[in-house]
Amino acid sequence: MNRRTLLASAALALGLAGTALAQDKTKVGFVFVGPIGDGGWTYEHNQGRLAVEEHFGDAVETVYQESVPEGADAERVLTQMALSGADLIFTTSFGYMDPTINVAQKFPNVKFEHATGYKRADNVGTYSARFYEGRAVQGLIAGHMTESNIIGYIASYPIPEVIRGINSAYIHARKVNPDVQFKVIWAYTWFDPAKEADAATALIEQGADVILQHTDSTAPQAAAEKAGNVYTFGQASDMAEYAPKPRISSIIDNWTPYYIDRVQAVIDGAWTSDDTWDGIGAGMVKIGEITDAVPAEVKAEAEALIEAIGSGAYHPFTGPLNKQDGSVWLAEGETADDGTLLGMNFYVEGLTGEIPQ
Amino acid sequence: MIRLEKRPQPSRAWTVAAPLLAVALTMVAGGLMFALLGKNPVDAIRTIFWDPLFNQQFASYSRPQLLVKAGPLILIAIGLSLGFRAGIWNIGAEGQYIMGALAGAGVALALYPLDTWILFPLMVLAGALGGWAWAMIPALLKTRFRTNEILVSLLLVYVAQQVLASMSLGLMRNPEGGGFPGSRNLQQYPAAANPELFEGTGMHWGVVAAFIAVIAAYVLLNRHMLGFQIRLTGQSPRAARFAGVDTNALVLFCLGTSGALAGLAGLFEVSGPAGQVNIDFNVGYGFTAIIVAFLGRLHPVGILLAGLLMALTYIGGELAQFMLGIPAAAIQAFQGMLLFFLLGVDVLSNYNIRLGRREIA
Repeated sequence: MNRRTLLASAALALGLAGTALAQDKTKVGFVFVGPIGDGGWTYEHNQGRLAVEEHFGDAVETVYQESVPEGADAERVLTQMALSGADLIFTTSFGYMDPTINVAQKFPNVKFEHATGYKRADNVGTYSARFYEGRAVQGLIAGHMTESNIIGYIASYPIPEVIRGINSAYIHARKVNPDVQFKVIWAYTWFDPAKEADAATALIEQGADVILQHTDSTAPQAAAEKAGNVYTFGQASDMAEYAPKPRISSIIDNWTPYYIDRVQAVIDGAWTSDDTWDGIGAGMVKIGEITDAVPAEVKAEAEALIEAIGSGAYHPFTGPLNKQDGSVWLAEGETADDGTLLGMNFYVEGLTGEIPQ
Repeated sequence: MIRLEKRPQPSRAWTVAAPLLAVALTMVAGGLMFALLGKNPVDAIRTIFWDPLFNQQFASYSRPQLLVKAGPLILIAIGLSLGFRAGIWNIGAEGQYIMGALAGAGVALALYPLDTWILFPLMVLAGALGGWAWAMIPALLKTRFRTNEILVSLLLVYVAQQVLASMSLGLMRNPEGGGFPGSRNLQQYPAAANPELFEGTGMHWGVVAAFIAVIAAYVLLNRHMLGFQIRLTGQSPRAARFAGVDTNALVLFCLGTSGALAGLAGLFEVSGPAGQVNIDFNVGYGFTAIIVAFLGRLHPVGILLAGLLMALTYIGGELAQFMLGIPAAAIQAFQGMLLFFLLGVDVLSNYNIRLGRREIA
């Protein structure tokens, strides 16, 4: 054996020892669309990451990357994470869908979990929460609370998830307040405090006294607080620092049980690609405390709705419901199927304005 | 007492040494910041500057990625530097980048699923034209009405972003995309794709174009009359007019060229690494390229190196984030330090530092 092969085999042995060591610890990566301090969407995913660390202790190592743009950069970040030895990677925004699929093809032994998307592969699973169940509760409270009968809605991108939220909130606001009107602003961002604050201010100036948001920062809450008599709801996270007013309740995404479950599956070698879509019943969607700014009877009504949705007794999309153009969507008593909900690209009857296209 | 004395000529030695000193200073100051954050500064610096190039685990992937990331930066910065040298300020390369991508991708999507080799050259042409046309708006307004090209080109970025959003949601939306925004993926459309030319090198047509642009700009500035006119106009507009330089033509040329190059960068990005037209297709290359142009001293070779350095801090910064858990904001601060020191130590090439009192003459 000459010196070169000796060195090479030593290096090989070291390398093997290295991988053996790495295999002891399961490495879990997270790719985030905003900063972990956004107070909303990314914050909650990071809470899930921290819970994974705490639950598994030394058995698991987590890594994460914040503020990753949705596109070519995401593909590089994912590849580097996979190269660094990650066993399981959660990609936590819709725009990471194609990059996740592309990178997963190159790393068949790494498991990927993509949030809110619809493309799957042998090593790519998807997961999301039925946020629209929470939106129904928000809509009910908002319909009661508005005095101007104008509810502002800061939407992010015109994708089915966001459209579903608008429809669900509107249906339940109209149920308790037939005169209610929704004004929707499309911000084309998930996280941009300046844009979100501008949108909130614009809605308030147009007479909205309740603001719902599908963007991740607390900027709309701050704008509402400044404006005075405006109510808001925490989005993705409790945003309790704005309670009891303007924030009167919230939708909380609770990813912790799911993340722990999936990491455990990888450790056990039992992970398979699947599609999870859980709501209030399974605890993936939680409703944050309804504050005292809300009258007791409204609070009771909202709690009854949470109970009914959670037990499966009531589906937020139950007929009779028409589409915006007046055509029949759901007949009396009929409920929407998941396929239609997942591809929802229309407003329900009564909503004004158009979905951008 | 420390005094600065202007050198009659910029010091050649310092022109070369200043960037190296700046990198060293950044490492010291950045290391201090990482230490304050409770991270090992040596590890952090090594992860940012060394690992993307030489780490066994990553380098074979991240070295080519340097080219992918630097390609559009260099291509755009070369175009911008021509104008900047002549005192013509195109701040709207981001918009021209978007319009180039839209024009190029538009050709491909309109002809889908045409399968012929001529398609890609057509897209390249359309991409350059798209960027050129968008840059002609501030150029014509400036030559006709003396409007300020800084404001016009910058504001047109926001217009371009709205056009981009509208295209991703409407005209160019993938009819098979299940109602989601975004066009068809050009990577899966062979005649329109801009893939790696050699597997695992990161080299795509956009990187090739960037290298060609560097050489062309070098020849233009050093060997061509037009290059002389550009430099002359930048140094002394009055003298340039006396020398018979047609300033209007120069404005059209500089803005047009930088627009066309930005448009090309957009086209190569949308058909290659990005793959599709989507609402947030642009990630700020057009603005970062301004920094790259100045970092490279508006010199073609300097821009080439600056683009690669910038790409290195991006990719190394990403590694440092998830390997060492350094927050994204700290990485941005680190990049900021690098620019700060690079521009700061410029003083040394233009000034002598004298200690002691000024002698009385």
